[in-house]
Amino acid sequence: MTVAHLHLGMELPPLHIEPISRTTLALFAGASGDHQPTHIDIDAAKAKGRADVIAHGMLMMAYLGRMLTDLVPQEKIRSYKARFIAMTPVHAQPTCNGRVLAIADGLATIELAITLADGTTVLRGEAVVDIR
Amino acid sequence: MYIDRDQALRAQIAPMPFEVERGRLRFFARTIGLSDPVYFDVDAARRAGHRDLLVPPTFLSNSLELELPNPLGWLAALGGDLSKTTHAEQSFSYHAMAYANDSLVLRRRIVDVYTKKGGALEFVVKQTDVMRGDERLAEILFTIALRHPEVTA
Repeated sequence: MTVAHLHLGMELPPLHIEPISRTTLALFAGASGDHQPTHIDIDAAKAKGRADVIAHGMLMMAYLGRMLTDLVPQEKIRSYKARFIAMTPVHAQPTCNGRVLAIADGLATIELAITLADGTTVLRGEAVVDIR
Repeated sequence: MYIDRDQALRAQIAPMPFEVERGRLRFFARTIGLSDPVYFDVDAARRAGHRDLLVPPTFLSNSLELELPNPLGWLAALGGDLSKTTHAEQSFSYHAMAYANDSLVLRRRIVDVYTKKGGALEFVVKQTDVMRGDERLAEILFTIALRHPEVTA
């Protein structure tokens, strides 16, 4: 796979994720190791004053990571970081977006975000990938 | 009450040994919707030049540590109120790939403590070095926010 196709200012093809189901949250709890009830138990969520469970931030980050591994072979990813800026409720419909922010010394810096169908941006991030 | 930064930077957190299992990686990859066979099929991974199934980019996160008993005990020991926490930031720097059947050690320490919004938010940054023997595969930063609702910025 070549990665020379990235160019400055390029928008990555958006990755549309299916609405987050309770099943996905339960499976991600088991797969990731994060069994905190706030993600899988509506009773616990209500006890915390929330209407319902919320998705794991790391599930959101994993989806964006999937956009990166769809783009380049994984060993080309040098760094990947994210800031969690809003909660993702169960049933939310996330879309992952990315844009090439800079290219220098054989490395591309990609600006990343996840936005829900209602317009809320829940995560902002950045990745550096090797394009040599 | 705020965390004492100097005490936090000196705190010892036990390293966590972690055996990377193929089945666990497939489960993770399937759950997040990966489709490339290098995450599922050992032969496909080998054909792509890898020695086993790839560990996906975000698999080795703080989430794994949550399987330990009293997983946030290191934060509680510093006086952090675990009922008022939020995962604020996460970052990964990669040096080499991790694979299924690797025996890893996650070396952990606190590298920063700071406040924002006049003290209404306190941040603790924990660094995990992913070690395979003497080789450092990645550095992971986990930033947890502690809310101080008694402070109005």
